[in-house]
Amino acid sequence: MRIIKVVALISLLSVSIAAMSFAQDLKVTEKVLPNGLKVLLKEEHKAPVVTFQVWYKVGSRNEKLGRTGVSHVLEHMMFKGTKKYGPKQFSQTVQRNGGNDNAFTGRDYTAYFENFASDRIAISLDLESDRMQNLLLDPRDFQSERDVVKEERRMRTDDDPTSTMVEQMTAAAFIAHPYQWPVIGWMADLGSLTRDDLVEHYRRYYAPNNATIVVAGDFDTKTLLPQIEKYFGRIPRGPAVPAVGAVEPRQLGERRIVVKQQAELPAVFAGYHTPDIKHADSFALDVLQGILSSGKSSRLYKALVYEKQLALYAGGDYDNIANDPSLFYVYAGVMPGKTTDEVEQALYAEIEKLKTTPVADEELQKAKNQIESSFIMGQDSIFYQAMLLGQFETVANWKLLETYIDTVRAVTKEDVMRVATQYFTQDNRTVGILVPTKK
Amino acid sequence: MLYLLSNGVNGMRNTSLLKKVLCLLTFLVLATQAAAAGTAVAAKPLGKRIVLENGMVLLLSEKHDIPMVTVSMAIKAGNTAAPAEKPGIASLTASLLTQGTARRTAGQISSEIDFIGGSLSVSGGDDFASAGLRVLKKDLTIGFDLLADVLMNPVFDQKEIDRKVKEILASIQQQKDEPGVVAGEAFTKEVFGRNSYGQTNEDVAAYLPKLTRQEIVDFYHARYGPNNAVVAIVGDVTEAEIVPLLNRYFKGWKQSERTLPASIDPPGIEKNIVRKINKDITQANIAMGHLGISRSNPDYYAVMIMNYILGGGGFSSRLMDSIRDNKGLAYDVHSSVVALKEPGSFEITIQTKNESANEVIAESLKEVGRIRSELVAEKELADAKAYLTGSFPLRMDTSAKIAGILVSIEIYNLGLDFPQKYAGIINSVTREDIFRVAKKYLHPDRMVIVVVANQEKAKLKY
Repeated sequence: MRIIKVVALISLLSVSIAAMSFAQDLKVTEKVLPNGLKVLLKEEHKAPVVTFQVWYKVGSRNEKLGRTGVSHVLEHMMFKGTKKYGPKQFSQTVQRNGGNDNAFTGRDYTAYFENFASDRIAISLDLESDRMQNLLLDPRDFQSERDVVKEERRMRTDDDPTSTMVEQMTAAAFIAHPYQWPVIGWMADLGSLTRDDLVEHYRRYYAPNNATIVVAGDFDTKTLLPQIEKYFGRIPRGPAVPAVGAVEPRQLGERRIVVKQQAELPAVFAGYHTPDIKHADSFALDVLQGILSSGKSSRLYKALVYEKQLALYAGGDYDNIANDPSLFYVYAGVMPGKTTDEVEQALYAEIEKLKTTPVADEELQKAKNQIESSFIMGQDSIFYQAMLLGQFETVANWKLLETYIDTVRAVTKEDVMRVATQYFTQDNRTVGILVPTKK
Repeated sequence: MLYLLSNGVNGMRNTSLLKKVLCLLTFLVLATQAAAAGTAVAAKPLGKRIVLENGMVLLLSEKHDIPMVTVSMAIKAGNTAAPAEKPGIASLTASLLTQGTARRTAGQISSEIDFIGGSLSVSGGDDFASAGLRVLKKDLTIGFDLLADVLMNPVFDQKEIDRKVKEILASIQQQKDEPGVVAGEAFTKEVFGRNSYGQTNEDVAAYLPKLTRQEIVDFYHARYGPNNAVVAIVGDVTEAEIVPLLNRYFKGWKQSERTLPASIDPPGIEKNIVRKINKDITQANIAMGHLGISRSNPDYYAVMIMNYILGGGGFSSRLMDSIRDNKGLAYDVHSSVVALKEPGSFEITIQTKNESANEVIAESLKEVGRIRSELVAEKELADAKAYLTGSFPLRMDTSAKIAGILVSIEIYNLGLDFPQKYAGIINSVTREDIFRVAKKYLHPDRMVIVVVANQEKAKLKY
């Protein structure tokens, strides 16, 4: 069960680069309302369902040390009621109508969604327009929900040795940029957050001019757009949202962190500073990620897991759908009887090969095929399509999706070698090691 | 195995989307809860059932909006098909099918499927092994060539066996770091004992090193065959093209044994059994419950609705309302009914800080007691029915979900008109039915209660 869960996690949420590709014309209707709210509508009539999503341009990137985690706690409070819909009524209303709702917080965004049979879409219009401006933020609910989030943190991070290590490694990789702290926040910060912090965050960031509505599925654009205008158009524009000015300075030498925790097996993660999706090198790095880690024929799996049997798992993750430059991770879990050092060196050996030997034509083509087919297959899910639009629009521009495949197709083996050489240097990396301690 | 980086998207409010998606999958595969909704359910059948030349059952649902094909197979080669004294053999056999055939090495198989950007997998399970294939329409024949090859011609090379056993053992070791897994394993052992559903990591780790290649080969030949297989295909194909293709690729697949080994009864439990497992962690991971019902039990739907109200219905459930919303004691709290060929389990799962373990257990027992002692409110039942019937379209909104339902329809004999029947079945359940099944199938005085926690801090009273 657990393993299935991890796979489900990856395939749905980590928004695999491989699946984010393109199509020339995505047939999206775009409209910006006078109050600044952007609306993206994608009709898709293959199943009688619809997903309604609201993406706010706020996440842990907009927080400060001492108040980390406020975006995510606020996300929880968004389900705690308005004057019109009291506590507990949001999700219950959705479920009573056969819908599923949820929300997620990242570094650059906080997003809310409902999935329904297509005839229930009016419920989203009502609920989402209401909580964009009328949130109660009841003090008692706040206390209790903060405790829930602490439990969430214990479950996700504190009782998971590898997550703890990755959290600390990421904190070490950034010294000036807010990507250093975890989305869920540091435990002590959660304890000192106040209701006033949430009120301030809500007033500052929850406004039509800082949000995007994405709807995908079985609806009629001509009918829906006026309804969205009716429900959301009357919400006043908020004050201009303060820009995040932080810029991570160039890394001047390898950083290493060690986490000692009660654990069964060691793990090694290395993160290299790399550009985000808005940078031209992003496409070559995507292809490179495929070569390193997409499928069991990819280089890291083949070398570390299959051939040398050094690692229980191995892979790479290019974290580029972000507002600002983040990290390209390579990682592996150490097999019993093998050493962390052996595994770390084996990871670097694969990286070095990319710098010195051009990838074979067939291998390059394989990575491109994987990216392209994932895109096509991703269209099977309207939720996933809407999610890509929301993410891209929030951190860059959804139209990047339309040219994505073409740009990937144009990547050459020289490009792959060049970006490997430029970014995968020792000075540019932060290494995290999980060292198991056992009683 | 992949790992989610903690600074990706995270911090979902609910038990997380992923878990929710997982629950959904679980429902489809295990519980076949394919709600037919009020208005939106199409009148046309979900698919067509065709018996192929070799006896394999095909369920086909044509879907031409995207040039891709999704294949989902169930083969009666799960743990229940293996002798109880060989724990792990079924899953190991399944995982070895893609590791080399008479025509291809493991590396060739992965290279071929990766090159076309597809996916191919075989894995074990309780009653069934499952095989999955997803390819673009243009690569259909490559896909079926691979799928048929791994199912019909595996060679079980000793080196591959050794490699896979090592990997499974390491993975089992790593899972000891996951308190939820540790709790689930202990729960399974207490509830099912030596029954095939009671196979734990520990059993598997003890047996695999002793397992010989011949046992794997024998198990494979006994269980893998067209008469034990169901294949659901959803996507951009027609009956006219897919049937000859399947007849061609699966020609010559030998028939296998139909009868299953005798099953061992789960132990009878006369009073609450408390298992305390000490671990230096911040949360108590609690798993509590007991034996449940089989999918074919006529009370299945009433039990499912009862469970929705008690703890299966997300934010509409009583357990979530009390333990999370009112008390702030947990992020994830839910109950689940796993209904398989044989009786599965009823289980409540919660994580809470060590110090709250007693309170959370008491509250859970209280809620189980309450649903056994008083009728659920009319509104609660109406809401549950509205969700279960109204969410039907969402349970069939991707190819993979449709394939999952088709497989369930076949293996649990639900009929291809199941989606049309579903709303009627759900709506016929009464408050009295809920009350009756709660009394009959919930036993707060005969529960297995597993608590993995820092026991010094948890100070359990149980």
